[in-house]
Order: sequence, then C-alpha cells, then structure tokens
Amino acid sequence: MPLADAVRRHVKDGQTLALEGFTHLIPTAAGHEIIRQKRRNLTLIRMTPDIVYDQMIGMGCASSLEFSWGGNPGVGSLHRFRDAIQNGWPNAVTISEHSHADMAGRYQAGASGLPFSVLRGYVGSDLPKHNPNIKSITCPFTGEVLAATPAINPDVTIIHAQKADRKGNVLIHGIIGIQKEAVLAAKAAIVTVEEVVEDLEAPMNSCVLPHWVLAAVCEVPMGAHPSYAHGYYDRDNAFCKEWEVISRDRDRFLEWMNAHVLGTPNHAQFLAYAGIR
Amino acid sequence: MSFSQSHPGYTPAEIMTIEASRRLKDGTVCFVGIGLPSAAANLARLTHAPDVVLIYESGTIGAKPDILPLSIGDGELAEFADTVVSVPEIFRYWLQGGHVDIGFLGAAQVDRYGNINSTIIGSDYAKPKVRLPGAGGAPEIASNAKETWIIIKQSLRTFVEKVDFLTSVGHYEGGDSRARSGARGAGPTAVITDLGVLTPDPTTKELVLSALHPGVSVEQARAATGWDLKIANLIKDTAPPTQLELVTLRDLHSRTAKAHGITLAPD
Repeated sequence: MPLADAVRRHVKDGQTLALEGFTHLIPTAAGHEIIRQKRRNLTLIRMTPDIVYDQMIGMGCASSLEFSWGGNPGVGSLHRFRDAIQNGWPNAVTISEHSHADMAGRYQAGASGLPFSVLRGYVGSDLPKHNPNIKSITCPFTGEVLAATPAINPDVTIIHAQKADRKGNVLIHGIIGIQKEAVLAAKAAIVTVEEVVEDLEAPMNSCVLPHWVLAAVCEVPMGAHPSYAHGYYDRDNAFCKEWEVISRDRDRFLEWMNAHVLGTPNHAQFLAYAGIR
Repeated sequence: MSFSQSHPGYTPAEIMTIEASRRLKDGTVCFVGIGLPSAAANLARLTHAPDVVLIYESGTIGAKPDILPLSIGDGELAEFADTVVSVPEIFRYWLQGGHVDIGFLGAAQVDRYGNINSTIIGSDYAKPKVRLPGAGGAPEIASNAKETWIIIKQSLRTFVEKVDFLTSVGHYEGGDSRARSGARGAGPTAVITDLGVLTPDPTTKELVLSALHPGVSVEQARAATGWDLKIANLIKDTAPPTQLELVTLRDLHSRTAKAHGITLAPD
C-alpha cells in the first residue's frame, strides 16, 4: 500500500501516535507524510524523540509529547522541541516526561493487556513531582513500594523495518529497540520497509512481526533516512549536523520544510530533491 | 586541543578520560552512557581490560566498537556485540535483574551528594532556562547498578550546591538517606573530573576531593566547586598518562572523527 494511503486511512487528528525507533530504523518517511497531510493535535509518544519529531512539532502536528530523552543524538538539542516547550511556538506542547526503563515497561504493559507497568524506578528523582502519571504501588507480597505508571496503547504505532514478504510479514533486526512492543500495544500498526522480498529468510528466533498484527505495510526505500537501516545504509551524520543549523531558526526551518517535505509528493521525490543517494 | 603549562603533553579532558578508564577492572560489567563514559570505557577495553563487558541502553551487550558511537544506538555497537536484546529486556532483566557492576554516567549538573541533573537548568520546570534532553536511562541505572561513577567537567556551572532538578539519585540527602529511599547499590563511588577525583565520605556521603591530576591545585578545585569543598586528609596524585594510554585514546578519537565525518561534541 502506498504510504500516503496508509496514513490517510489510519492516522486522524487528535490521536495518540507512536513513531518508534531507538536511533536505528526511525520512520522518518511516515513522519513526513503526516506533516504533508497536516494532521493536528496529536499526542506523540516516543522514547527518544529526535529529528523527525522535531519536524512534526515544528510543523504544528503535536499538542503533547510523552518521552524519556529528547535530542539530536551526538549533535545536541532539538530546537523546535525546545521552542515549543519554552515559547509555545508554533503552538503550546505539553510534555509528560518519563525514563527509558519506564517507557519500555509501559509499552510492554500495553502489549501485554495490562493497565499499568511496575518498576524499581524514579527513586529520589524529581520526575514524579512533575508527572502525575508516575505513581507508586505497594507489593502485596513483600510490602515494597515500587513505581507504577499507565500502560501505553497508541491509537497508531508506526515503525520502519528492513523487509517484508509479499504477505506482509515483517523482519526486523539489529538494534530492535521497543518496536515489537510498540506494534503489539497499538490499536493499529503501520510498518514501512526497505524492500519487499519473496522470502524473508529469517533465522529462527529473529524478530518477525506477522502480517495479521499489522494494519498496513508500505515499501519505502530509505524510509529511515537520516537514521540508518542495518544492512542497507548508515546514518547520515552530516545531515544530522546540518539539522542543528536548519532547525535553530524558525524561518529557516519553515523554508526547509516547505521546500523539502510539503513541496514534494512522496519520500522518493523528497530523497531526489534533497540529493540523497 | 589546548595545552596549558601545567599539563604538558595532554589536555585536561584526556587525563579525565584516562583516569576514569584506569578504574575499570577487567571483567567488570559496565552499563555505559554515551559521550565521556563511552570514551573512557572503550579506552579501558583497548588497554588493560580487554574482557570488560560494555552494555549500552540500546540493548547491546558485550559491545566492542572500533570507533566511538555517536549515539547510543549506532550499528557499530550491534555489529560486534555478544548479543543484541530489546530495550525492555536490557532494563528489566539485565539492569533491574542485578547484573550490572558499574553504572557509568555523564551529567549536566552534579551536587555535593552526587545527585545528577539532566532535565532542566533553572528553577521552574514549566519554564526552564534551558531544556536538556532528559532522563534517558539514568534514573534506573543510578538506582539499580551495584555502584555508579560520574564523569563530568568541573566548574561552577556543573558542580552546584543543589541540582536544579534531581533526575537521577546519588547519595540523595547524605548519610543513609539513599538506602532509606529504596535505591539499591552503593551509589556514586567516584566522580571523575578534569581536575581530579571526588569520593564520598563514608559517613556523611558528601563528595570529598580525594585525588588531583598532575599540576592541579586544591585552590583550583575549590574555585570550580559551587559548595564548600571538603578535602581528603591524604590527597592522592593521579599518575600522568602513559604513552600507551595517550596514543590509544587519540587513535580512538581520530578513527571516530574520520568514520563519522564530523567532530564529536567537545570533551
């Protein structure tokens, strides 16, 4: 299915949306398509919001963000994310801040059909003071007090993976992050893949998401750029560094987004326009 | 790279990384933060501790990167790891399950009890002066590893009486307050800086200056600390870098810069 159709069909204004990827396999093309289709008022969830969330926030798609680490890995800050939080530009974005261990557990709870996650976490931390969703629970067996946080069940999860077969079974390998849990926790899941193949040739125990848990599978080569897809291409570190400059200034950011994303009809055209591969 | 007269032949950042690396014993299981901790841990692996086990929060166990990762999830980490697991598994089974000896962290601010801030600068959470990236894995690394090390450049900006935001617990409010809070492990047992090393007082748990790098004075360390810094009775001198340490670290940095095509954030 073309990515634009999958986004049109499944992603609606006001939804809770998770585009996951732990510095690897980040679904950038899907984020761009959501920007093109001008979705608004989204609650964005992600452990590690980076460039694509910076772009979505800066283009006004989000009204709130749940996260545990927000930055341009190895480069620095996310300027659109900071501008939204500190100055409400282009609109106010409320944040719900957690830790990685907690976000991972919350997705697991969501995928497990449980209402909450429990962890040995946030001990002594100020985070629970500022996040009403971080509560505590007493173990009924030992009496220990542990952190408890609500499960994550996104309306839609979108991930990027290496390949799918013609039926739509998906193989994902390398740093697999939280993608499997995020898919299984969601009401609907969209997967973009580097390529569609006859046979996945998946080694035993490898991470295969069966087609029947996925709402849509879309072939989008280089769909994770500027992130990387293990076995296909490396991270575009030069672009990540360039983003630091583009995103610093509101006008420069808008100019770039208008030309590269809104000005192109799909990811292939985006890559061609940007001169990528 | 700048050399001062008091640091002939190497930079303060280099001696900080080298001194931190020396502490990592062979065979130790170390949960490694990106940046300075990663540089020090890999230097240890490439010199005296070939069998150190490096764990990164992206799920790589026994990572052996040839170049320093730019981010916590670089393919370089996965490529040569003993195994790659999911993010929930790394935090639940391996960290919370009690398999990590050393949690090795960086910080934006650290206070006199070794508490870490990586969330905001400023007093108002809703309107921060500077919004930092946030907690990442640190709160649970700091409260579940058997002990924690912190590596940070020492200045009035980073060494504060009280952190603006307590992201990850150290010795909390001192004394036995850490243990009472429910945190596991010994907490910060060393804070390694560009000036020296601080270790907690056994009773009060306040960080005390216990070692100085060559050519650094107590006055310099005091001037770079935002509280009335206590000095150990017997202050040790850090050994200057060996040729092997310096060459290995510089090779690592130059391979990294070449591979990434960009210069890493200054350390």
